[in-house]
Amino acid sequence: MLEIILISSVKIVVVIMVVLTGCAYATYMERKLVAFMQHRIGPLYAGPYGLLQPIADAVKLIFKEDVVPNNVERVTYALAPIISFIPALLTFAVVPFAADTTLFGHEIKMVISDMNIGVLFIFAVTSMGVYGIVLAGWSSGSKYSLMGGLRSSAQMISYEVGYGLSIIGVILVANTLSLRELVAQQASVFDWFVWKQPLGFLLYLTCAIAETNRLPFDLPEAEAELVAGYHTEYSSMRFATFFIGEYANMLAVSAVGATLFFGGWQGPYLPSIVWFIVKVFLFMFFYIWLRGTFPRFRYDQLMAFGWKVLLPLALLNTMVTAAIVML
Amino acid sequence: MKEIIKALGNVVFKMPQGLYVTFKHLFKKPVTLDYPRRKKPMAPRYRGRHYLERYDDGTERCVCCGLCAAACPADAIYMEPEENEKGERRAIVYEINLLRCIFCGFCEEACPEEAIFLGQDYEFSDDNRDSFIWTKEQMLVPHPRKDNPFKRIYRRVRKVYGVTDKGK
Repeated sequence: MLEIILISSVKIVVVIMVVLTGCAYATYMERKLVAFMQHRIGPLYAGPYGLLQPIADAVKLIFKEDVVPNNVERVTYALAPIISFIPALLTFAVVPFAADTTLFGHEIKMVISDMNIGVLFIFAVTSMGVYGIVLAGWSSGSKYSLMGGLRSSAQMISYEVGYGLSIIGVILVANTLSLRELVAQQASVFDWFVWKQPLGFLLYLTCAIAETNRLPFDLPEAEAELVAGYHTEYSSMRFATFFIGEYANMLAVSAVGATLFFGGWQGPYLPSIVWFIVKVFLFMFFYIWLRGTFPRFRYDQLMAFGWKVLLPLALLNTMVTAAIVML
Repeated sequence: MKEIIKALGNVVFKMPQGLYVTFKHLFKKPVTLDYPRRKKPMAPRYRGRHYLERYDDGTERCVCCGLCAAACPADAIYMEPEENEKGERRAIVYEINLLRCIFCGFCEEACPEEAIFLGQDYEFSDDNRDSFIWTKEQMLVPHPRKDNPFKRIYRRVRKVYGVTDKGK
C-alpha cells in the first residue's frame, strides 16, 4: 500500500514539474518561432540564446504587485485562475507518457492513473476550464473582461460538441476508453488512428485550437478589441496562472492528440519517452506555426464555422465510422 | 453544405499555401540585429560624429579660420581663436552642437587645413541637452592614435587630385 502511494506521488511530482517547465519553455519556443517567422531574433539576453527568459519572466511576475480592482467579486476573482489552471494539469493524470518499466523490482506503469475511462475523464475535466474563464470575465467587473468571458463561453460550448464528437470515431474503432489500451493498439506506424480517422483528426485539431483559445480562434482574449479579454484585470501571479493554464492546456491537448492519433509513446529505436516528447513537440510546433500564419476569425465566422461546418462534419464522421464498424 | 465544401477546400488547398509561406520564412536570415552586441558594417563614407585631426607631432590642424562655421547650413559650429606662444593661430574654443548639426559634411569640404572630418561614430545619445555640445577636447583624436591616421586624408587626396583606383 505504502509502496503504491510512494510510487504515485513520485510520478505526480515529476509529471507536474515537467509539465510546468514545459509550459515555461513553450512560451520561449513560441516567442522564438514566431520571431523567426517574422524575420526577427526573439529573446536573446537572459542566458545563452535567451534560454533563461521564461525564468526571468516568472521571477518578474512573482515580484510584481498584485493589483485587485475595487469592483471585483473577491472570491470568484481569486478562484478563477485556479479553476482554469487545474483542469489542464489534471489531464496529464491519465495520459501515458512512456512504456511500462521495471525499477528496483517493481513494475511501474508510466501513467499516473490508468483509468478505464481515460478519454471520458479528459473531456470531463477539460470542460471545467471554461468555468475559470467565464468566472474571471464575470467577477472582474470590467466590460472587456465580461466580453471576453462571454465570447469564451459561447465559443467553448460550441466547439466542445465538435471536440467530443471528433474523438468518438477513434473510440469506435478502438473499442476502448482507456488511453493505455489506445496506445497499445497503435503499435506500428500503420496502425496509427490518423490513417483510420483522417477527418476525425482534422476536426480534433481544429476544435482543440478553439478549446485552448489559440489563434486563429483566440477571440476571448483578442487584444485588438478587448485589451486582453478575460484576464484584463488580472496582474502578477494571478495573471501568470492564467498564462500557464493556457500553455498547460495546449500541452494537454497536444499530448492527448499524440496519444489518440499518433500512437502515443510508441516508436522504434528511441526510448518511448523521447517519442512521446517529440510527438507533443510537433503538435506544439503546429499550433505556433498556425499562430504565425493565420489572422483571427471574425466572431460570426467563428460561430458559423463551429455549428455549420464542424458539427455536421463530426456527425458525419461518427455515423460513417459507426456504420463501418458495425459492418 | 456549400459552407462545408468551401471549408474543406480551404483546408486542403488554401491553408497549406499560407503555412508554406511562414515555414519558408522560418529559415530566412533575420533582418533585425542583436544591436548593441552586433553592429551593421558601416558604409565607408558614412557621416557620423565629427573629429578633429592632428599633425603627426600632435599639434592641432585647426587654425580657427571659421570657414566651417560659415559653410555650416545649420549654424552648429562656434569657435573662438587665440595665438599660441609661437604666434600661430588656433582655436581656444571649438564647439559643435550635435543637436543642430545635420551631418551634411560641408564643414569637412570647407576646411582648408583638413582638420575636421565626419567619423563613423553615431552612438552619442544622452538624456541631457547640454551634453550634445561637443568641445574641442572631446572631438580631438588622441595624440598617439591607434588606427590608421591618414585613412580619411588619403581618400580626400584621391578625391581632390582625381586619383582613382580604376587604373590598377
